[in-house]
Amino acid sequence: MCLAIPGQIVEIAEKEPLARVNVGGVTRNVNVGLLDDGAVAPGDWILIHVGFALSKIDEGQAHDQLRMLRAMGEDGLAIEEVRGYRFAEPSQ
Amino acid sequence: MTVLQPVRKTPHFADTQIEMAHGAGGIASRRLVEGLIGSYLSNPILQTFADAATISVNGSNVATTADGFVVKPLRFPGGSIGELAVNGTLNDLAVSAAKPIALMATLILEAGLPTSTLESEVEAMAIAARKAGVCIVGGDTKVVEHGKADGMYVSTFGIGLVDGRVRIDAASIQPGDRILLSGPIGAHGITILLARGELDLQADLVSDTRPVWPFVSALMDRCASGVRWMRDPTRGGVATSLNELVRGTAYGVALYEDCVPMHDAVRGACELLGLDPLHIANEGQFLAVVAAEHADAALAAVRGVAGGEEAILIGEVRAEPKQRVIGINGYGGTRVIDMLVGDPLPRIC
Amino acid sequence: MKYVDEFRDAGIISGVAREIARTAKPSRLYRIMEVCGGHTHSIYRHGLRDVLPANIELVHGPGCPVCVLPTGRVDDGLAIAARENVILTCFGDMMRVPGTKGTPLELKARGADIRMVYSPLDALRIAASNPEKHVCFFAIGFETTAPSTALTILRAQELGVNNFSVFCNHVTIVPAMRAILDSPDMRIDGFVGPGHVSSITGCRPYEFIARDYGKPVVVSGFEPLDILESILLILRQLDAGEARVENQYKRIVPWEGNPPALMALARVFELRPYFEWRGLGFISQSALSIKPDFAGFDAEKLFNVPGVRVTDPRGAQCGEVLKGVLKPPQCKLFGTECNPEHPVGALMVSSEGACAAYYRYAMHASAVEA
Repeated sequence: MCLAIPGQIVEIAEKEPLARVNVGGVTRNVNVGLLDDGAVAPGDWILIHVGFALSKIDEGQAHDQLRMLRAMGEDGLAIEEVRGYRFAEPSQ
Repeated sequence: MTVLQPVRKTPHFADTQIEMAHGAGGIASRRLVEGLIGSYLSNPILQTFADAATISVNGSNVATTADGFVVKPLRFPGGSIGELAVNGTLNDLAVSAAKPIALMATLILEAGLPTSTLESEVEAMAIAARKAGVCIVGGDTKVVEHGKADGMYVSTFGIGLVDGRVRIDAASIQPGDRILLSGPIGAHGITILLARGELDLQADLVSDTRPVWPFVSALMDRCASGVRWMRDPTRGGVATSLNELVRGTAYGVALYEDCVPMHDAVRGACELLGLDPLHIANEGQFLAVVAAEHADAALAAVRGVAGGEEAILIGEVRAEPKQRVIGINGYGGTRVIDMLVGDPLPRIC
Repeated sequence: MKYVDEFRDAGIISGVAREIARTAKPSRLYRIMEVCGGHTHSIYRHGLRDVLPANIELVHGPGCPVCVLPTGRVDDGLAIAARENVILTCFGDMMRVPGTKGTPLELKARGADIRMVYSPLDALRIAASNPEKHVCFFAIGFETTAPSTALTILRAQELGVNNFSVFCNHVTIVPAMRAILDSPDMRIDGFVGPGHVSSITGCRPYEFIARDYGKPVVVSGFEPLDILESILLILRQLDAGEARVENQYKRIVPWEGNPPALMALARVFELRPYFEWRGLGFISQSALSIKPDFAGFDAEKLFNVPGVRVTDPRGAQCGEVLKGVLKPPQCKLFGTECNPEHPVGALMVSSEGACAAYYRYAMHASAVEA
């Protein structure tokens, strides 16, 4: 449910809670009235749903998550390689 | 798991009224054309439901095609209805391997249409025809009451001479054949969607409307014997064209999803609106099935023509799954790529 | 696209998939419900079943707003559209949902002024530019979408746009999850929890599921890596004999939710005593209505909608499928009378509906096995 897509704020209107947001080269006005006043600035990334920003994306959290998941894959490969070597060794 | 038999009934048209979906180029359009129109007008040439009908005249194969254009707005970034009408008609001939001989055009005009608009569209038609080296040799003009048409509609007829070196036939495809795509997808459909202004989206994007004959011609010069099938993936997009290809055969198509090129803005708009770029209309691309051993030469031929640099092999014909188009992504995940159902509607869920 | 492409990275996905395969015990079956239709859509769209072990069964949950909307409510909305001088606006998702007398698209083809909008604010804009008409917005959606409707109503009040109303069908996800948990034939081991709903509500509303029902809930994003990581976190909890609420979607979801959005909800809406869900029946306190302070914007009050309850189509077993008791192809109508082009039940309409998703997958499976 609830298709929501990340976009980057290009500029913020002065009077209304509106931001110009770029999604992969497509721009649209997005209402930022659901976020705390002054919570976002140009350059920030927000999650957009039906023309509203639902939340500001936490870059640090995204970075940590990806680093952890990437490491999981690499660890996994390393483990499998070790196992692979073990099975490959001729039994003596 | 319960094993489902694919639903492939003879199309039968039971809908009580015409909906926009019947004109969207997907399953509903197919049911209308095959189930209602085809059942009354049935004949061996019509039954092929190809882009153009090929008729033998004194030993020469002549391709004929008719097309209608109802685009709103009339002018959009990268083109207009007049240019679209000429290129669209020529492209139906081109993918039937036919070099165009002549075009005809009927203009349905709405009372109140500014003369200047009509004039610029006729000029656009003239320029597009001249570029393609073909003449518009006749047509008709009708005027309907104000409010009965979106400014103007164009209906066309085209005739071309089929290049004898190739045999375009979906039934001739073989497992291992490659699918060639001429360039990035979805630019026309998304440009029109944005140009309507209802979604309040802006992008630096233009329609891909152009004649594909130069690419087809280069392809045939280089490896005519390797070309088995061609199609311009207009309404319903690449997904619908490939489904139309496989349903008449005993084979399926595997599409390498990560290889399919598209502009960032097309992708961005599709992500934002929940649309599948493979269902979005193109007006200047073509798909070809080429024998595996000719694939590299075919690609080089298309890439060698200006505007064809982004041509790419996006998939292959496979023995299984039969009559299905399957997308395969970078980690081996698969999905069925279906024909378009109804109009591509933006979604929020 | 940032925050999209990284979470679809084939290499990392393969690594997490291997970790899932190592973690899942071959001796047992894991039945995991993805609550959101958005998850269902993503699972099929990105072929995630292909990278999961066979003993992880994904059960598609009720989190698809058009799927759970009962036919009677569709009829009520379309009754508003049939009135003189009314423009009915709705999301594209609603356009193919069948009411008793047809879908919004079919009514539009017969002349009703029904327009698709991307945002409720677009509906308000149509009202402002058509002062001689009344513009009604057919609001659907969970807590993700409801705050947008709330702000739109507040904006309409602020601008004094009086020819605008909302036909409110906003529902809340937690009561539906509770209904599924209380279902006697429930056999679900853990939940991939709603990501975008939780960006508004936070993670606390699910704590009772872990505490009272002993089931893990992992609030999850929608990209392939998000869903796979969430499945892995559920497996780890199950193997450790734990049941907690975890937040996999920290880049979007604050544990406490979005306070300004919750305040907007509280200002404009109140809980209905009960609301009908397609297939699940009446669920108490599971939907929102517009507060009396904003009655002038409440289409239900302005138009006195028929409010007729329509039974689900004969033979359709949407409810059992929604609860995860039946798999879509076990429904009698699946794939024959009910298919994506002519949906009988709403689960076949939306591309995130369990049946529409399964229809495609099953066609694939049959073709491969044939």
